[in-house]
Amino acid sequence: MPTAPNLLLSGLRLLFAAVVIAMAAGPYFLDPTEVVIVTEFLSMLVLAIMWNLLAGYADIVTVGQHAFVGVGAYAFFGFSALAGLDPYSSIPLAGLVALIIAVPAMILVFRLRTAYLAIGTWVVAEVLMLVAGKLQAWGGGSGTSLPISIVLSLGRARNDRLAVIYWLAFALAAAAMFVTYFLLRSRIGVGLTAMRDNEEGAAAIGVNITRARILCFLGTAPFLGMAGAIITMQKLRIAPPASFSITDFTVFIIFNVVIGGIGSFEGPIIGTIVYFLLREYLSELGTWNLILLGTFSIVVILIERRGLWGLFRRLLADDIVPVAHKPTQPAVVSRRLSATES
Amino acid sequence: MAGVWINQILQGILLGGLYTLFATGLSLSAGVMRFVNIAHGDFIVLTSFILLVLVTSLGINPAIATIIVLPIAFVFGFGLQRFLLQRVVGENVLLVILVTFGLSIIIENGLLEGFGADPQKISGGSLETATIALGDGINMGVFQVITFVAAVAMVAVLDLILYRSGIGAKIRAVSDDVVAADLIGLSSARIYAIAMGISFVTIGIAAGFMSIWTDFDPASGGTRLLIAFEAIVLGGLGSLWGSLVGGIVLGIAQSVGAQFDIAWQMLAGHIVFLIVLAVRPQGLFPKY
Repeated sequence: MPTAPNLLLSGLRLLFAAVVIAMAAGPYFLDPTEVVIVTEFLSMLVLAIMWNLLAGYADIVTVGQHAFVGVGAYAFFGFSALAGLDPYSSIPLAGLVALIIAVPAMILVFRLRTAYLAIGTWVVAEVLMLVAGKLQAWGGGSGTSLPISIVLSLGRARNDRLAVIYWLAFALAAAAMFVTYFLLRSRIGVGLTAMRDNEEGAAAIGVNITRARILCFLGTAPFLGMAGAIITMQKLRIAPPASFSITDFTVFIIFNVVIGGIGSFEGPIIGTIVYFLLREYLSELGTWNLILLGTFSIVVILIERRGLWGLFRRLLADDIVPVAHKPTQPAVVSRRLSATES
Repeated sequence: MAGVWINQILQGILLGGLYTLFATGLSLSAGVMRFVNIAHGDFIVLTSFILLVLVTSLGINPAIATIIVLPIAFVFGFGLQRFLLQRVVGENVLLVILVTFGLSIIIENGLLEGFGADPQKISGGSLETATIALGDGINMGVFQVITFVAAVAMVAVLDLILYRSGIGAKIRAVSDDVVAADLIGLSSARIYAIAMGISFVTIGIAAGFMSIWTDFDPASGGTRLLIAFEAIVLGGLGSLWGSLVGGIVLGIAQSVGAQFDIAWQMLAGHIVFLIVLAVRPQGLFPKY
């Protein structure tokens, strides 16, 4: 007989699936303003998923995530506007550049231990931003706009362009979720989850922590870079402080994930939804918005570390998206044991 | 021509004094409690704004205002550690990073709300413009020299406290092994709070010198944190004298970089930091 928590769980899973399917058709029923907002939501979701993978599972607390978003934006501009490639192939290429830059960045910051590593990533981001400001072809310190020919190649009418960018962001967010889901379900993911719960314990039973960390750090970079490319398509311009914005691409993301629930699949999704709801209704608050979110996230850490999802999860029998493997039932184990003995 | 470069290096060394003031408190809290207070730079900027209010609205001399602020800073740092940070310290570094990160954003935006984004500065009066001429076009600012002397004195005093005093022995005991320290009857929570209080006194002193030396605005905390952090990593984690050397190295790098092109000032410091991190990750004078 289905119990109440199980019913609620099934309901939520259906809702999740329905929302994902409805979102795939977004531009057909949303008005242009809504399309823009949902596109922003999807790109922020990608950043939140990536930060959560690093901080929540791989124990790499980065405050320099905006580095790779900015690198992606600048690489996208380079391939599309300067090298004349078409914008669609420029996106994966931007991701590739982010990956290439991530290798030396990783070699440097992995020399530092956890707390120091956090600020090390910030230094790297600062350096990349300052270097970006020196690239004259990219408009130097004040940045430049995306040429009109590239904008038009995405679609002649404004609504067509918005829809194209929307679907690109949707595809990237969907890919980010799939990759995270299968990564967490895989052998590596089990190791990561063990690391999240107890690092020494995980190392003792043979989880290769260093390899898992390298994989996560390098795996998130192309997603961040591609998100940077899509954000540039939407904003239509690049500039060092805007393309490498620590507030938009790191600060808000950290608050969202912490509030939603760090170290869970659902956390970044819930956090990003909460952030967009707050932003729609509290937009006139300006700087108070950040003060509020900062206070809220400190309170979350002090009271319920698994965030809003951690609170809500108590009512449910399982995660909405089950990334954890179920422990084998004791009865099954004993049956298996007796089967091997006989 | 050589005079120009000697001058830049000399100015860099003096700038290193200011950077050491930023770094020592962070070095102490990071060395003892094994976490980096991400809000360190923002607390320096916050204190500078408090000094600004004291100096401009009450007409107090900046030096006296700084001295008034120091005991308050100690109590504040003590309370912050005891009642907020202590709750998350120890089990998972991630949580402390996130709490101090939240604090940093709250301070920055709170200041923005209260004072606006304009750069501020406290006037040091005639002291600020007084120079010592060394010939060949080389001049040292008197205030800059005083700052440097203060930085050396601060490192020396902290070194004495840590290695020659009773409380220093307790701090080092807790830093080495919290569980063992608690077992022999030390209250690690209280000792952490004292260490944080001392760290905040250094923040107060750093704010006093910084607010006269340079402009500051609500968003400038991040840069101060990065400089303090680079100085302690360059010098070798946990080494107080090392952070003096780290601060000087950064100061020289920035000052010489600025001589090539003013836009290279910050970048030159970061690049020297990354190079040292690549070839000598343990820093110049590693303690551990």
